Amino acid sequence: MGYIDFLSNHGSRLVDGAIITAEQTVMAILVALFLAITMGLMRLSSNLLIRGVATIYIEIFRGTSLLVQLFWIFFVLPLFGITLDKFTAGFLTVGMNLGAYGAEVVRGAIISVPRGQYEAAIALNMSAYTRMRRIIFPQAIAIMLPAWGNLFIELLKGTALVALIAVTDLMFQAKQINSTTFLSVESFGTALIIYYVMARFIITPTMRWLEAVMSRHLVRN
Amino acid sequence: MFDWKWDFTLQILPRLIEATGNTLMAAGIGYGIALIVGLVFTLAQKTPYRVLTFIVRETVEFIRSTPLVLQIFFIFYVGPQFGIRLSPWVSGMIAIGLHYAAYLSEVYRGALDAVDKGQWEACIALNCSPRRTYFGIILPQAVPAALPGMGNYLVGIFKDTPMLSVIGVAELLHTANALGAETYRFLEPYTMVGLIFLAISLPTAAGLRLIEAWTRRKMGLTRED
Repeated sequence: MGYIDFLSNHGSRLVDGAIITAEQTVMAILVALFLAITMGLMRLSSNLLIRGVATIYIEIFRGTSLLVQLFWIFFVLPLFGITLDKFTAGFLTVGMNLGAYGAEVVRGAIISVPRGQYEAAIALNMSAYTRMRRIIFPQAIAIMLPAWGNLFIELLKGTALVALIAVTDLMFQAKQINSTTFLSVESFGTALIIYYVMARFIITPTMRWLEAVMSRHLVRN
Repeated sequence: MFDWKWDFTLQILPRLIEATGNTLMAAGIGYGIALIVGLVFTLAQKTPYRVLTFIVRETVEFIRSTPLVLQIFFIFYVGPQFGIRLSPWVSGMIAIGLHYAAYLSEVYRGALDAVDKGQWEACIALNCSPRRTYFGIILPQAVPAALPGMGNYLVGIFKDTPMLSVIGVAELLHTANALGAETYRFLEPYTMVGLIFLAISLPTAAGLRLIEAWTRRKMGLTRED
């Protein structure tokens, strides 16, 4: 059976899987961004308690495996009365995992905004909130964008693990097709190529474009 | 709601510790493969053969942008289709080794590129042999630059070993799954696995930072980062 036959028989399932993977990725990106910004800012707080909460979150999620976190949240959390459906558990875990890495990126970007910018904002009598929103954070975004590009690719790769809690994503479909047809090269190989295309021809160009927009924006102001 | 059983925890602990040995071994072997193959990837990109450089560059990009768990499945299942049977351990080590080789080759490349161009030129001007250029001048400056990345990926490979459970390597998560299936208790096995990961990765990360600082001092490259 040729590859064309393989695609005409199983292509639609791979496309369905790719759509679920894309949904998981987008949802996980939203979770990761929210947590990264919140926890990254909390890490910079002068309040020991606030800083402590963020540090514990970051160390736990960066210190253990994504797959272990996924199994814990999916199989153990229900014992504490919190039951999530597999789709939600999937993107939530991936988002929380990458959010911990992202929090360090956010923190690093904020502290690398030149000191003079803080001083100028204070001299102009801006409140702490306005200072962060108008002066510091926009510059921090420009600094952290390249790192986020890498994190988003890691995140896309991370979503492949949700197949192991039976979310019917691309990885799951490839595994199913393999177990019924035994065409491993075709099923896993096609899935690999789809992931590659998503990372290299969707995420990377989008991030490049955002970097260009950001730097234009900063220069014009 | 919260019923943690200590006697059960103690009962499963020996098996988890045994599995920790397998996890560490998988991470160690995988990292060893990655260190060497990564160097091959880097050096292949430094050759004047444009086609080779292009192929290696694209291979590294491909490996880096696709999920490790899928690569593990691919290597494990593709062999039999062509009559080659690889054991879970062998295919797992190949997959994880190659995956991290791609990452490490980027670390090496970055570190070599970070060495000032003048250093290479000085070596040529002083007629140093390639051996003396690399071992006497370039590497002592490149290694401290590579260490943080190498350390991160050592911890990274350790944390990615649970993916080997999907093809049946008896590492920590695989053992926890088995314990859960045998006893219908998931709280203790999965929580203990998480704690074991924390107990190893946090001190390792801290230790690696000390080594980085020490190396930088030794090489006279102390700077603020």
